Amino acid sequence: MSQLIVAATQLQPDLKAGLQSIGAGIAYGAAAIGPGIGIGLVVGNAIQAMARQPEMQGTIRTTMFLGIAFTEALALFGFVLFFLAKS
Amino acid sequence: MPVLGAFVFPPIDELFRWKDLWFNGSPLAINKTVLLVLISSLMIVTIFILGSRKRALRPGGVQNVVEMTYEFIDNGITKDVVGHDAGRFTPFLGTLFLFILFLNFWEVIPGIQFPPTSRMGIPGFLALLVYAVYLVTGFKNQGFKYLTGHLFPPGVPKALYILVTPIEFVQLFLVRPFSLAVRLLANMMAGHILLTALALLTAYALDTNPGILKVIAVGPFLLNIGVTGFEILVAFLQAYIFTLLTAVYLGDALHPDH
Repeated sequence: MSQLIVAATQLQPDLKAGLQSIGAGIAYGAAAIGPGIGIGLVVGNAIQAMARQPEMQGTIRTTMFLGIAFTEALALFGFVLFFLAKS
Repeated sequence: MPVLGAFVFPPIDELFRWKDLWFNGSPLAINKTVLLVLISSLMIVTIFILGSRKRALRPGGVQNVVEMTYEFIDNGITKDVVGHDAGRFTPFLGTLFLFILFLNFWEVIPGIQFPPTSRMGIPGFLALLVYAVYLVTGFKNQGFKYLTGHLFPPGVPKALYILVTPIEFVQLFLVRPFSLAVRLLANMMAGHILLTALALLTAYALDTNPGILKVIAVGPFLLNIGVTGFEILVAFLQAYIFTLLTAVYLGDALHPDH
């Protein structure tokens, strides 16, 4: 399979760009799955906590943004990888 | 006249590279990015000088804005996250927050519509600055225990150190600054590309051959307005998150068991 791709790349220079685009698309799509689930969990649980204890809202919101920031980082690495893989 | 199928997105470089305006070719060349950074710095300094020049007991106008911003940073970020004894970090965190906020907001200002934070130079430099500040604070405050406390967290079984120590090392010295810089960069870059793509789609749809198909332009146009509103939120949120994470790292450097 890999030999086939190498041979095809040498035959057609356009194919290389096409395969790179497909790879970049798959890489970003895969990188977005985990963080999507993660952010959903973080925000969902934060809302539940706010509903149970409205007086702790400020603290919970700050912690929620922290959790989102840490989770989101992985998706953003995927986004950067998208441009690296395409060029 | 292109039909709908002829939509071509320009190469990414075209959206982020600007021609030099002055001092062409030298390392001090000034382009749109640098110009926006200088203008925003001047704006922040001017607002704060105006706000603190005549200090009235009952604040009004500019002074009110300046005092509210300071209080937001001091109460919401420094005292809550770094610690109650860390008032000396408020100026640093406040400068960081306002600088990033002003730079991000250029993304949605009509006629300019380019966030300078979407070029790696600015988030990269800010992340390196934060990196230096929290490492120096940590080693100054806790000495060598800052490093050992991180690499060998207490309460972990001894055998697990083989796994935990390398992870913690990479986390402390590589992942933290890298993710700080990339988070800001990627968010602003994604927003800029999204707005450009929607604006281009509108323009292309207005350019289609049979006149009736021009109706398609309504979709991306309305979406563009909505996304602009969302980007205002993102601009504020990214400035806030950058400052908040800096505060967390500083708090970690000041208080070991935090």
